Amino acid sequence: MKKLLALLLAVAMVFGLAACGGGESADFKVGFICLHDEKSTYDLNFLNGVDEVKAALGLKDDQVIVMTNIPEGDECYQAAADLVDQGCDIIFANSFGHEDFMIKAAKEFTNVQFCHATGTKAHVENLPNYHNAFASIYEGRYLAGIAAGLKLNEMIAAGKIKAEEAKMGYVGAFTYAEVVSGYTSFYLGAKSVCPTVTMEVQFTGSWYDATEEKNAAEALIAKKCVLISQHADSMGAPSACEAAGVPNVSYNGSTVAACPNTFIVSSRINWAPYYKYMIETYQKGEAIAVDWCGGIEEGSVVLTDINDKAAAAGTADAIKTATEGLKNGTVNVFDTANFTVGNVKLESHKVEEKEVIENGIFKESKIMAAPYFDLRIDGITLLNEKY
Amino acid sequence: MAENKKIKTPLFHIVNRGKDGVAWYYSLLIRAAAIVTALIVSGVMIMLLSGKNPIAVYTSMFNGVFGTPRRIWNLLQNVAILLCISLAVTPAFKMKFWNCGAEGQVLVGGLATVGVMMFLGDKMPLPLLIIVMIIASVVAGMIWALIPAVFKALWNTNETLFTLMMNYVAIQLVAYFLKVFVKDGSGVLTPMPQYGLPIIGKYQFLLNIIIVALLTFVAYIYLKYSKQGYEISVVGESENTAKYIGIGVKKVIIRTLMVSGAICGIAGLLLVGGTNHTISTTTVDGRGFTAIMVSWLAKFNPFYMVLTSFLIVFLDRGASQVSTDFRIPQTISDIVTGIILLFIIGCEFFLRYKIVFTKRVKEEG
Repeated sequence: MKKLLALLLAVAMVFGLAACGGGESADFKVGFICLHDEKSTYDLNFLNGVDEVKAALGLKDDQVIVMTNIPEGDECYQAAADLVDQGCDIIFANSFGHEDFMIKAAKEFTNVQFCHATGTKAHVENLPNYHNAFASIYEGRYLAGIAAGLKLNEMIAAGKIKAEEAKMGYVGAFTYAEVVSGYTSFYLGAKSVCPTVTMEVQFTGSWYDATEEKNAAEALIAKKCVLISQHADSMGAPSACEAAGVPNVSYNGSTVAACPNTFIVSSRINWAPYYKYMIETYQKGEAIAVDWCGGIEEGSVVLTDINDKAAAAGTADAIKTATEGLKNGTVNVFDTANFTVGNVKLESHKVEEKEVIENGIFKESKIMAAPYFDLRIDGITLLNEKY
Repeated sequence: MAENKKIKTPLFHIVNRGKDGVAWYYSLLIRAAAIVTALIVSGVMIMLLSGKNPIAVYTSMFNGVFGTPRRIWNLLQNVAILLCISLAVTPAFKMKFWNCGAEGQVLVGGLATVGVMMFLGDKMPLPLLIIVMIIASVVAGMIWALIPAVFKALWNTNETLFTLMMNYVAIQLVAYFLKVFVKDGSGVLTPMPQYGLPIIGKYQFLLNIIIVALLTFVAYIYLKYSKQGYEISVVGESENTAKYIGIGVKKVIIRTLMVSGAICGIAGLLLVGGTNHTISTTTVDGRGFTAIMVSWLAKFNPFYMVLTSFLIVFLDRGASQVSTDFRIPQTISDIVTGIILLFIIGCEFFLRYKIVFTKRVKEEG
């Protein structure tokens, strides 16, 4: 008991946490519901966050319950209810399709907090114990885009391509706003340093399909795309790039081990800051935000190490400068001065009947945490929209 | 006598136990031995693969299945659904019609239910709506089974391939309708519990369980005592015999598959109307195939199927609890499930055959 107390005290000091008021920490339990298990890079990213926050907050094994392979159906509600039975104070679910079943559980178990990643309904459900979370990953993609743009500049300077041949390819899963917001910010990042850049996007219709992603990347390379990025969870696109010797900007984590010659950099969401926020807020007895969107400042949006073998010179410095700009507000990803839709500058745009353009800037993730930028901007060609 | 030829005699040979099989206590003993051996072998596997204490693993398994009232209800509900699909495939299999299409038949039953809930939910009173849901799901399941049955009866097409292909068509149909139904492009249809089947008291799953229990009795009587059940057995044993004694084989095939598909439709109704209140391409979750194993293991006897589906669900639920409790990959729990099933299926061999060791007679010389 003494050891535990000392540990808790240490944790409290490290994080400057006034751990009073919110019930005894030793009784505290948190449950996590994951769609798949560590075999999926998406779920692994969540599970790594669980381990990180467990160590940081000094939680014991029996205080953290992780349920994996929970489908997006009534099983999710049953899993949540089971976690309530086991005494969980907070329950977190990681997949978009879990949302309706988490809401069902939240309505029934009003004294338990339900937090859901990537969801969109918390701000309309108005439940005091149901919360959505996401990260401003578009900022991470924008920074990764800068690395891509610099690589294109290097190719132009070396005479490998002409300025108007600076065409990137992007493998996307679905035509959801999450993907659209992602590839648009990536493109705008590249465009901020390489003004002649264009991009083609190929959708696969699946979050995880190694063959389709590989085929899509190869098709884009065949169409003379000189750099590839992707928003899907398999190694399909990165490995196709490595085989073809085409530079790749990755997602969800570094792929440098498999692609030592072509991997430039990768952006990813780190979920540990949100976990820490929700647990600490609950323990303080305060209300968890209805919509929480972590950014670079919070450590929710991170870039992996840059692979100097593939990246252009000066990439690290350029990213550093842009990161500062994003932090102090001098750089805005969706600045309407930097893009047009149908050759027209965007003056007004409404999401759920609310104006999202303020002072010439499209405010992403403001109405709710999940991305909603789904405009088709000029310079990007969608090769198929069937998904 | 003078020839000293060595005759090679095998160490043992296998003897069919014949029609009567073995005494009940002997079969019980063999089955118990199989389960105990399976537990020991998988215990060793767990220790080797994960370094966990097997007794703690088995405790967690039991706890995961029976630990709380909610878990017991979940167990019963999952047994009921699996049993329902197993009852559905049984008449077809007994007739040696390899219906591998239960997955798709359940799914279209569910799709029909969800369609009725969506488009007619606010247009009619709930009791009428439920009647329409029942009719829609049964008819949809029936049609999905009927198509391969008619092709088999009239043109002798391969029903295994046909029914398998129908599964894919059903899955894609659901994917297509989800795209049409769900306007926001997320592909997730919000549950509609307001149009669900009635809930008895506080127990969400009680109605499902009661319906499947009744169905089990009806299926037993149908297969064992009805004329149609008898015709199914005869067609299954020998089509020529059936023809000879004047059974219309084509008619029996088509009729039986309609029964099979109708029960699949009911399973779809229970899954969508009584449990999920929505649908996705994974709603059936492979149970259309697991049901085949349940049915075979139980030798097509509906009452034994209660036990075999219980066994499968127990192993499945227990395995996921083990992976939750110990944070070990589910693959290890799946290996354990596989070992236990292997032993249980394997012990059937010893019930049907006897191993006779050859006695070596030492010749005097």
